[in-house]
Amino acid sequence: MKSMPAKQSYSRLVWNQYRRDRVAIMGLVFVLTLFVVALAAPFLAGSSPIAAVLDHELIFPAVSTKARLAWDRADESQKGWTLSPPVGYGPTEIDLSANLEPPGSGHWLGTDDRGRDVMARMIYGSRVSLSVGFVAVSIYTFIGIFLGAFAGYYGGKVDVIISRSIEVMMCFPTFFLILTVLAFLKPSIYNIMIILGITGWPGVARLVRGEFLKQRQLDYVTAARAVGASDFRIIFRHILPNSLAPVLVSATFGVAGAILVESSLSYLGFGVPPPTPSWGEILSQSKHYIDFAWWLTIFPGAAIFLTVTAYNLVGEGLRDAVDPRLK
Amino acid sequence: MNLQQYLLRRLMLIIPTFLGITLITFIVIQLSPGNPAAMKLRMGEQGMMGDEVTREIVEQTKKLYGLDKPIWIRYAIWLKRVVTLDFGDSYKDHRPVIEKIGERLPVTIELNLISIFLVYLIAIPVGVFSAVKQGTLQDKSMTAVLFILYSLPNFWVAVLLIMFLGGGDFLDWFPIYGITSPGMESSALLTRLVDHLWHLVLPVFCLTYGGLAGLSRFMRAGMLEEIRQDYIRTARAKGLPEKLVIFKHAMRNSIIPIITLMGYLLPGMLGGSIIIESIFSIPGMGQLSFEAVLSRDYPVVMAIATISALLTLLGILISDLLYVWADPRITYEAES
Repeated sequence: MKSMPAKQSYSRLVWNQYRRDRVAIMGLVFVLTLFVVALAAPFLAGSSPIAAVLDHELIFPAVSTKARLAWDRADESQKGWTLSPPVGYGPTEIDLSANLEPPGSGHWLGTDDRGRDVMARMIYGSRVSLSVGFVAVSIYTFIGIFLGAFAGYYGGKVDVIISRSIEVMMCFPTFFLILTVLAFLKPSIYNIMIILGITGWPGVARLVRGEFLKQRQLDYVTAARAVGASDFRIIFRHILPNSLAPVLVSATFGVAGAILVESSLSYLGFGVPPPTPSWGEILSQSKHYIDFAWWLTIFPGAAIFLTVTAYNLVGEGLRDAVDPRLK
Repeated sequence: MNLQQYLLRRLMLIIPTFLGITLITFIVIQLSPGNPAAMKLRMGEQGMMGDEVTREIVEQTKKLYGLDKPIWIRYAIWLKRVVTLDFGDSYKDHRPVIEKIGERLPVTIELNLISIFLVYLIAIPVGVFSAVKQGTLQDKSMTAVLFILYSLPNFWVAVLLIMFLGGGDFLDWFPIYGITSPGMESSALLTRLVDHLWHLVLPVFCLTYGGLAGLSRFMRAGMLEEIRQDYIRTARAKGLPEKLVIFKHAMRNSIIPIITLMGYLLPGMLGGSIIIESIFSIPGMGQLSFEAVLSRDYPVVMAIATISALLTLLGILISDLLYVWADPRITYEAES
């Protein structure tokens, strides 16, 4: 408990450094906005109103299935005041009469080959990118921290085995392994998260191992051991908090990388199963209409690019804030 | 320790890494649900064959592919054959896997070697330039451009290039399909070579620009570190021209560490080849691996994973040797 104020002041210090970097702040704002978009997707795109008055009663068709069914079944005369999402189409609503329409007043970003609204699919697609990036990196950072900590702290045989595994994984054509495993499994967003999580740890493990090798000789570790702290306690309560900053920085860059891999997989057709929209999947449709349907290429690609850039900017800002010497 | 002993030790170290890689590939593929016998069985369940016939065919398929033996024996058998570069026959067209890969490997190696060469050729001067001009507008704009390149998804860039430079509604500057134009067989050698290189421009660009950013930033950081060293101050103090200080003293020393990165560039580039070769229809390893994964052609998948890993190990070994050769301060003992 006593350590709380000190910890807080360190993150305050980092934040004060970070705040000065205007570009890094822009990246952070973009990432946060994207999270809001992903969370608020049903309010931003959909054919059901966000809020509406039906038979003098306020209902929320966009978020409640029951309300939506009631709304769809109701006569026009029963309907009162409504508040509709800015994009009036759902991500999976097919309208074959309006397929491959260029961007215009009806469909802001055009439609795909089944007449689905690209804007709506982009809004929902942000959910896939953000959640895959976040969950996959959390999984492999967790694995990497454990393996790196044990290798660095215990040294000897443990270190030899873990270091060799790191080397094996680093030589591995990871993208190919991911593709192979995904070809065998049922396509699902969870499988992508897990397989990215299982294959991504070597970088983190190497980083944490290096930190632990440096820290374990320091006086505070000797002191902790002298007062009888267990290995477990020394690793997770003493050394780990001191080595977490570089891990956090690499995790931020990792999210950008994971989003890139996820969109590549979706582009190749190994992503989330249809009809769930993802940016890579919208882009992969453009393959067949490349000579005219530029909107299917430009918008999802730009979304991937901007998101990856934003995460990388946050990573840069964080790295400079954590260790200004590296600038 | 002399050079021979060092080399021997490094080669010995490759063996456990190689075993680890083959083991992972083998286990992944053996545990996968879609093996050929299971596929035949599924066909039976869907009523395409009678019950008796199904079982017989499944048994036959299992025997044919050695699937009736326990997994460790299969691994041992497979490994024994790998050592002699015998990867078995493809499930798809029953041709020897090594033959199929032999056809595809040269293009991919060509693509990747050109890309790596270009990455180094551009990244080193860019890094030096940025470091020398540290903090100026030139440095900042260079860093910004590289940063943007680093974040651009290569398949998107590939599609955009095809859209804007490869026919369609815009410019028609580059071919977007394959590595040669049809009907070129009878042309003169030079024409064929130019045509071939013309086909490689877009894919090489897509493979190059990403690695460029990382490497030149590394070069910049290395240069900045060297410039602060005492020997640079000495060189300046004794009145050497700045050009000589930068290019002869500082640059030479900061190039050494980025040589070692060469080996680690390979896995990423081979991964990038999968998507880039598929987009540009280049008949290389990348395209072959994508097809093999799609059709669950295990022998091909395993051979590709093994060969890619071997190439990577070889790349790392070569960079390590270059490192020792280029920097006399590094002793062989430092490896342990």
